[in-house]
Amino acid sequence: MTDQAVVNPSYVFDIPSERPWSRVLKKGQTLRIIDSEGQQAVDALLYCADDLAERYSSQDTLRVQGSAYIELGTKLISNRGRVMARITADSCGRHDTSAGCCSCESNAVRFGEATKYQHACRENFMLELSKHGLTKRDIVSNLNFFMNVPIDANGNFTVVDGISAPGNYVDVTADIDVLFVISNCPQVNNPCNGFNPTPIRVEIRDAPV
Amino acid sequence: MAQTQAQIADNRRRYEELRAAGQELTPKGLPEPTALNGAPISPDAVIHREVVPSGWYTTLLLRRGEALRIIDETGNASVSLLAWREEDTSERINCADTIKVQWSAAISKGRVILSDMGHVAFSLIEDSSGAHDLLVGGSTPASVAASTGASGRNTQENFLAAASKIGLGVRDISPCITFFAPVALDDVGRFIWTEGRKRAGDFVDLRAEMNLIVVASNCTHPLNPVASTGGSATLVRHRAPPAGPEDLCRTASPEAMRAFAFTDRLYA
Repeated sequence: MTDQAVVNPSYVFDIPSERPWSRVLKKGQTLRIIDSEGQQAVDALLYCADDLAERYSSQDTLRVQGSAYIELGTKLISNRGRVMARITADSCGRHDTSAGCCSCESNAVRFGEATKYQHACRENFMLELSKHGLTKRDIVSNLNFFMNVPIDANGNFTVVDGISAPGNYVDVTADIDVLFVISNCPQVNNPCNGFNPTPIRVEIRDAPV
Repeated sequence: MAQTQAQIADNRRRYEELRAAGQELTPKGLPEPTALNGAPISPDAVIHREVVPSGWYTTLLLRRGEALRIIDETGNASVSLLAWREEDTSERINCADTIKVQWSAAISKGRVILSDMGHVAFSLIEDSSGAHDLLVGGSTPASVAASTGASGRNTQENFLAAASKIGLGVRDISPCITFFAPVALDDVGRFIWTEGRKRAGDFVDLRAEMNLIVVASNCTHPLNPVASTGGSATLVRHRAPPAGPEDLCRTASPEAMRAFAFTDRLYA
């Protein structure tokens, strides 16, 4: 098995705290998302680059996998049942795909109306998606890398302190060309970012020859 | 913007207070399930009644204040549901917000189903079952082929057809809620189907809190281990009893109260 870490990245970018990012990942390329300072949730959506109506589906992904968390080996499934990408390395251990992204509107419901006027992941997603002709309508339940959301046997669902340490990373390798969209989560009202959003790094590596 | 230690401490304290209320106080105030023979609908409140055969779907309009009763007649049906706001179909039910705002992936009588805009789409005013799925979703061509060895009708294609008939499409299809689908998690996070949680005659009443276009797809849930042919589901659109000041769903939690306040503004 090839260790992706020995291949030099062809692209490196530090996403500032609270900001969005997007890029097309070609088939075979691997995106490494690095939680540079630790305890930082990274919200992500994937769209098929050839047909943006085909997109990541949390429910299809969980059904195919048969379990509730994103981890090493998870196949990210589209709304047409295709494998878009898979998790090929993970130094953190568990990621969420059921909690969705924060929005001004859901923050107001969760934390009080004053929080409606705080920056949120959905604002990031809408602005970044607009570059690709997409709108709020195209936002579905996303991936939350480095976000720790245990669900217990009674259904209790809690965003708890992030478990990622500084430098923890997750690798996502594309099975098809995908538009990969990230919101570096600005949430300050729950522990997903340790209540203090920080920058993250993304690196893209080509498929080993 | 970097947070100060004082801000972090304040926000953590508020989060812990909300969590304690959401996971300890609110569930204690939730009622027992409705009895199987409980909550009869007055005949003059019925607007429309429809039997959806196994494998099929239907689309209907619900006005704010009306309710949809969904009945699993045989104990073999599971009904997957999507809903869009009539006046602006970019607003739709949102499973993730429904789960996280209520601190629970398990919805039952007294809970609400939220839209992506912080509004209440539905109130679960009656529920004899309490076994519903927001995580796994409905059946697909692949899931049907895997469980039966043949192609067959499925929720993914039902939703596509239903959306197409009202001018919507694949972009408008988001994660769905499936009623009468007892999906639980084991201690390592695997989904399990809880046997014995489905009964003939189980029903829910969903009170619309917005004007909604609703699609209901009656297909066997993909995790149901019984390769059953399913069963028919009866849908009854009816005028719900008016919500009083002590209405269970409107007062279940601080989060629900805020969501209702925002929703009421839409129709003020």
